[in-house]
Amino acid sequence: MRQVIDVVALNVILVVFLIVCALVVERTKDLISAVIIFSAYSLMMSVLWLVLKTPDVALTEAAIGAGVTTIILIAVIGRTKRYEK
Amino acid sequence: MKDQVLKTIARIITPFIQLYGIFIILNGHISPGGGFAGGTMIGTSLILYTLVFGVDQAKRKFSEKASAFAESGGIILYILIGVIGIVVAGHFLANKGAGFDMGTPGSLWSAGMIPLLMIAIGIKVASTFITIFHTLIEVKDA
Repeated sequence: MRQVIDVVALNVILVVFLIVCALVVERTKDLISAVIIFSAYSLMMSVLWLVLKTPDVALTEAAIGAGVTTIILIAVIGRTKRYEK
Repeated sequence: MKDQVLKTIARIITPFIQLYGIFIILNGHISPGGGFAGGTMIGTSLILYTLVFGVDQAKRKFSEKASAFAESGGIILYILIGVIGIVVAGHFLANKGAGFDMGTPGSLWSAGMIPLLMIAIGIKVASTFITIFHTLIEVKDA
């Protein structure tokens, strides 16, 4: 019983963090900050996949979401403007 | 980039990232992960090398020609393994029917041709990521 409550609490914390991250990414005007927050979102999503017992997806999410997507988006920002109007 | 700390850390950490990627690829059929995740890790280590040492030196290590060769080679290897299934057993990607050694279940030597497919996918994905990154950062302003 105690264990079930712990897992549910962890899930709630992770999902609330994800929702806050998603809202903040949409609100941020500095695009590099937005990319870094999105990277934190991906990392939390990876932990959530692990809690949901899909380690395969968690591994891919950590490599793609937190690694490659961040680098590619920052490279794109380097070729365009940093601040949103 | 001229920062000595970044250069030293990148030089030390890159082989370990690549080793972990190879581990994930080779254990793809018995543990989480596989060709895609491991190939992404190897591609990320090459991107780290490009970021620290500059695109010119990275091109000397992993040229466009080698990248094109790896990309085509990976997918051709995958298709060839599939065609072996067509020729021997009658359908694409036939595994046991095509005479691949199944080994002991749960050990590293098992699952027939799936490890070979994982290696092919890993090569393809790693070279694709490094090609995307090189293309993105070396486009000249019009």
